[in-house]
Amino acid sequence: MSELVINNLHVKIDDNEILKGVNLTVKQGEIHAIMGPNGTGKSTLAYALMGHPNYNVTKGEAFFKGKNILELSPDERSHLGLFLAFQYPVAIPGVTVANFLRTAINAKWRADDPANKGIRIPEFRKLLKERMDLLKMDHSFAGRYLNDGFSGGEKKRAEILQMVTLKPEIAILDETDSGLDIDALRIVSEGVNALRGKDFGAVIITHYQRILNYIKPDFVHVMLHGHIVESGGADLALRLEEQGYDWLREKYDIVSP
Amino acid sequence: MMSELIKSNIRKKFREIKEFNFTETQVTTSANGSILDEFRRLSWEIYKHLPFPTTEDEPWRRTNIKGLKTDAFYIPVDGNVGDLPEIPEYLMKPLVGEIHGGFIAIQPEKINIQLNPRLSQQGVIFTDLTTANEKYPDYLAKILGKVVRPEEGKFSALASAMAKQGVFIYVPEGVHVEQPLHSVLWAAGINLAYFSQILIYLEDRASLTFVHESASPNQNDGQTLHAGIVAIHVGAESQLRYIELQSLGNHVWNFMHERVQVERDGNIDWVFGAVGSRLTKNFSDLDLIGNGATGKMSGFYFTDGNQHLDHDTQQNHLAPFTTSDLLFKGALKGHSRSVWQGMVYVANNAQRTDGYQANRNLILSKGARADSIPGLEILADDVRCSHGATVGKIDPEMIFYLQSRGILPIDAERLIVEGFFEPIMQRIPYEGVRKRFQESIENKMA
Ligand SMILES: Nc1ncnc2c1ncn2[C@@H]1O[C@H](COP(=O)(O)OP(=O)(O)OP(=O)(O)O)[C@@H](O)[C@H]1O
Ligand SMILES: [Mg+2]
Repeated sequence: MSELVINNLHVKIDDNEILKGVNLTVKQGEIHAIMGPNGTGKSTLAYALMGHPNYNVTKGEAFFKGKNILELSPDERSHLGLFLAFQYPVAIPGVTVANFLRTAINAKWRADDPANKGIRIPEFRKLLKERMDLLKMDHSFAGRYLNDGFSGGEKKRAEILQMVTLKPEIAILDETDSGLDIDALRIVSEGVNALRGKDFGAVIITHYQRILNYIKPDFVHVMLHGHIVESGGADLALRLEEQGYDWLREKYDIVSP
Repeated sequence: MMSELIKSNIRKKFREIKEFNFTETQVTTSANGSILDEFRRLSWEIYKHLPFPTTEDEPWRRTNIKGLKTDAFYIPVDGNVGDLPEIPEYLMKPLVGEIHGGFIAIQPEKINIQLNPRLSQQGVIFTDLTTANEKYPDYLAKILGKVVRPEEGKFSALASAMAKQGVFIYVPEGVHVEQPLHSVLWAAGINLAYFSQILIYLEDRASLTFVHESASPNQNDGQTLHAGIVAIHVGAESQLRYIELQSLGNHVWNFMHERVQVERDGNIDWVFGAVGSRLTKNFSDLDLIGNGATGKMSGFYFTDGNQHLDHDTQQNHLAPFTTSDLLFKGALKGHSRSVWQGMVYVANNAQRTDGYQANRNLILSKGARADSIPGLEILADDVRCSHGATVGKIDPEMIFYLQSRGILPIDAERLIVEGFFEPIMQRIPYEGVRKRFQESIENKMA
């Protein structure tokens, strides 16, 4: 069983230290939720783990499947089984969802076996249709240019379509629930639950406890000021929903945010 | 005052380009004193009196031809070219559709012409310049020197005087040529001078798809010259799809004067693809001369190394209710440079016209540079004209996003570049052309 182990992670953007020693272990089979006020470093953690070049890890370590991922390029991290559903997905004009996903699958297959010829087109079409059906997406979606002119909700759905097609071992979902309507939220949650099992772990970054009704978390963490300050079970999310974050700010003597 | 004069003289000397070492005796003549002979003789006179363009001439401001080795070129004539590589097989395959209606391969000393006999029976002429001059002088006279004139510039005069090679197409009134015609100019070799004339005349209510390619293998040392003319007349209610592809070797200095004249309710769909040459200066004019004439110009280019491509486009609305739509897109690598300079001109009588032009560039290396200069000159008052010009780079966030999905950075870049060209590919519904360009992208990005 693979696990993602984060030890005392410090991350800087430019000269500002955003993460100030984050500890977290995510095992396959587990669902973790991270909550916390705006600007406390949740996305920073996600980007740093995926290897965004602007996020400088100045201290600490991150291991996935026993490998020091901080030494790997983003594509290598992906090949290893890590996935990030972006809070703000990037538009790639002129590149269709289908073409992009096929390229991504082939990249993964070739990383595993350089002689691999890639997925055959009929096989790929079948796979993509299945996955779109799972997320109740219209098949015409495959022919649209990736995230280009997508509505907020469509972008989030496209992220989950990528996730269920690429089948990562550990996925980080950064506010995938924001911007989704009630039906879409349920459908997307079902998509995540379809992967759920002993081979899949997830970190769900969210502001709302609502998504956690659909995807029951095993652990809930609160991030404040670049630290994970509190961890608990699903009931912690309910308490935050009712009481907000002030009681935690007081407890840890943090002014803001 | 005196010293000023001397100084400016010295400067002028410095700039001056040596004349080509071509001579009047090299101007081809045939036995019968034909219109082509007369035209060439006249063109030679004009050529002799025209100066080389310099960067002080507005259209040439961004394209300096000082490096052209004007004294190095000789004209391929019988027996003096040695062993040149033959046209590769892939250049002779149809690019549009499954079969050719006709095919012409032009190379030194050799010209190979095929035309579906059904088309000749319909009166379609598809032949080389020499044959056109011998057999169809009256048809040739309809267009020779009329649409592109020798006096337009040093290189149009030179090409007019010297071109032995060329393609002449004539489509009679009411004839629809269903199978595309295709020609290839294979300009192999080093220190050679190639001159070509592509002349197309469509009578009224005719239609044609024509593909012309100029190509040659790369050479490491030396230069090769190509000066060419493309002159096209599209008759009333006629339709022409003209696709020109340029993949000349990276040692070729290429000078083109092109113009399409479109009559009432005629239409041209004009596609340019350029990936080759050391330097290209291409004047392409669309003259909408009849009411309701329309023209679409779609260009793509991809440069690398020290290539320099300069496209100078004019959309001339010379009659009411005319429509033009231009989109040129280019990507640049290495230390290459592109220039696009476009002008939409609307004459004062050309009311209710619609003119659009856009040029988009994607810079892929620090050393590459694209100049994009749109222009509007509108003398009529009831018109719709707009333009756009951009020069940009790949957003690193796009690379990171694709990379986070396991795609290697180099493939991510290729995908983004292909996506960048997609809007222009959408305008070119010819699978073969798209494939060829995709291969060029892959080669250049490897
Ligand atoms: N590129 C950047 N340059 C400078 N500061 C940045 C940059 N990106 C993020 N930050 C800062 O880092 C801090 C943490 O940002 P981050 O995006 O990780 O917050 P978050 O917890 O995900 O917030 P939200 O809930 O609003 O998404 C913020 O103060 C933000 O302004
Ligand atoms: Mg965030």
